Amino acid sequence: MSVTVGIPRALLFYYYYPQWKTFFDHLGVKTLVSRETTRGILEKGIKSTVDEACLPVKLAVGHVLDLYDKVDYIFLPRIVSTARREYICPKFLGFPDIVRNNINNLPPLIDYSMDLYRKGSSLYNLFYTVGRQFTHNPARIFMAYKKSIESLRMHCQEMEAGWLPFEAGGNHNHEHRPQSAGVQDVTIAVIGHPYNIYDRHISMNMVKRLWDYGANVVTADHLPENVFRREAGKLPKQLFWTLNQRMVGAAFYYFDRPEVDGLIHVASFGCGPDSMTGELIERFARQGSRKPLLNLTIDEHTGEAGMVTRLEAFMDMVRWRRQLDDVAATYY
Amino acid sequence: MKVVYPHMGHMWICIKGMLEYLNVEVVVPPPSSKKTLLLGVKHSPEFACMPLKLNLGNFMEAAELGADTIVMAGGCGPCRFGYYAHVEHAILRDLGYRYELVVLEPPQKHIGELLGKIKHITGQQSWRRVINGIRFGYNKAEAVDKLERMAHYCRPRETKAGATDRVLQDALKEIIAVSAPEGLPVALNRAVDMMNAVSLDKHRPVLRIGLVGEIYTLLEPFANQDIERKLGSMGVEVDRSIYLSEWVNEHLFLGLVRNTGSSKLAKQKAVKYLRHFVGGHGLETVGSTVLYAKQGYDGVIQMLPFTCMPEIVAQSILPRISSELGIPVMTLIVDEQSGEAGLVTRLEAFVDLLARRKQTGEVLA
Repeated sequence: MSVTVGIPRALLFYYYYPQWKTFFDHLGVKTLVSRETTRGILEKGIKSTVDEACLPVKLAVGHVLDLYDKVDYIFLPRIVSTARREYICPKFLGFPDIVRNNINNLPPLIDYSMDLYRKGSSLYNLFYTVGRQFTHNPARIFMAYKKSIESLRMHCQEMEAGWLPFEAGGNHNHEHRPQSAGVQDVTIAVIGHPYNIYDRHISMNMVKRLWDYGANVVTADHLPENVFRREAGKLPKQLFWTLNQRMVGAAFYYFDRPEVDGLIHVASFGCGPDSMTGELIERFARQGSRKPLLNLTIDEHTGEAGMVTRLEAFMDMVRWRRQLDDVAATYY
Repeated sequence: MKVVYPHMGHMWICIKGMLEYLNVEVVVPPPSSKKTLLLGVKHSPEFACMPLKLNLGNFMEAAELGADTIVMAGGCGPCRFGYYAHVEHAILRDLGYRYELVVLEPPQKHIGELLGKIKHITGQQSWRRVINGIRFGYNKAEAVDKLERMAHYCRPRETKAGATDRVLQDALKEIIAVSAPEGLPVALNRAVDMMNAVSLDKHRPVLRIGLVGEIYTLLEPFANQDIERKLGSMGVEVDRSIYLSEWVNEHLFLGLVRNTGSSKLAKQKAVKYLRHFVGGHGLETVGSTVLYAKQGYDGVIQMLPFTCMPEIVAQSILPRISSELGIPVMTLIVDEQSGEAGLVTRLEAFVDLLARRKQTGEVLA
């Protein structure tokens, strides 16, 4: 009898799924990922969460609900901190408790903490305690852990090579990228939390749309860690949110790159950290650069037309701005 | 150097006392008002929580009074407050205000950073005097909290409507007027005597409600629409889960002063429902709700500013506590759109519900 562990396709799934999957594979545990986001999944999540929670949290609850009658365990690590002296948002810290207190008849949650806040803490603690649930052989856990670290490294490398998380993972399916790939004449940096910009439903397929408009899309995840950390170091005080450090660093970096023509900052409605860093990015944009910046806020309301209109207008603006620059370069 | 710091309830009394004892010139911003909020809202990020907007408004109003140095607390997350000072400073700079910023926070590298900042504010004072000053400020906070607690008891029982609040203002003036540590005990005694003189009907049946939630909205009467007074006039005795002096003791002095109420107990009670701290006062909110339920309070009201992250986590957990321990819980969310009438209606309905519930409970017993 083999057990199945459910992994919700939400929150930091987009960074850590390859690692988690490899780990469970090597322990001989089957994994099941919740389906791609649909309206139905989101609706379920909205019904089981307080109104004030942000879109990604509601969506994550929806994904847990999608899994809860199909699996023996749900893997929901409490992601406290993924880097020294930094946190993820408070809602991540309490997420397993939000789930536990709002959904009845849950399968057991695997909610051990992933906490790298203190010096000398290691990811191995998390994986060891998780592994102990399924095997008593420490060597096997250690091997699985080693392999999982390896696949996390591969995943990061793939992203730094220009793939997006939903394309990476060995299969590199190009079905979403425009086949004819006319001319990709502009480069747009999309800055946002991974769970907002890579989820096709709640981002309303933004990345694909931009590709269709002939844009080359870059995100914060294409940058190696040392680059965005160096850039984020320009702030007067180091940010204590890892994801936002990545976003701010990437935004500063792309503002300086001549090949990037415009930036889109995607935030979910009511996101706490984004309200601070969005402001800082915008102030930086106005001071040091003429590059167009579009601030998009997404929430659970479906207004695809609004999104399309704004993206089209933004693309037009980026192209005009560039033409003007070309003209100016010719005459002066 | 003219120092300004943001308002949070009666906090200004203690900080003013402390800084003036250390011969630092202080500008107290005008009390938070609609105008403060408007100024703040106009220039703050849209989704920032309300305390940031009010802080910003405070600083802009204080600038007109000649303030040139901001002193603020900081923090290292995960609540947004830790980054407030820098965002506000950036906004003020872009608006053309010339403020110097001093953030008192846990040092990143070395304790010297913090000490250097304190030295920068206090100038040539000896460390001994600085420590005395800090103790003086803390004692003032304790005195103010004591008076507030007495007011909580008196309001629902006063025989003449509004008497408690008039006396409370006079009593606070006694504390404000003290300028050196030696005078404080006498002034406190006088203030306590004044409060004791309020004529009360001690046998009147009252409801008891615990207020939990985010510290700023709990302490700042403008942010919570004076909820304590409103509840008091409806015949409700309130207790807050957070008082300024307790907060200072736990977060700034790391529990140095003994024998005070502590949030440790609340945190232990919370573990069953929330197993990890979530920044801000999320854990205390959950734990205090459990405590109030166990102490037989009639209801709990949670207050938070819109988009407050730690409190949203707590808010999603409170319904479970409410149903398991059988204590009614209401969540009130405030932001710049909050209207007074809406709040009063909800409070009246909630208080009615509690009164009815208590009555039926007594009849059944």
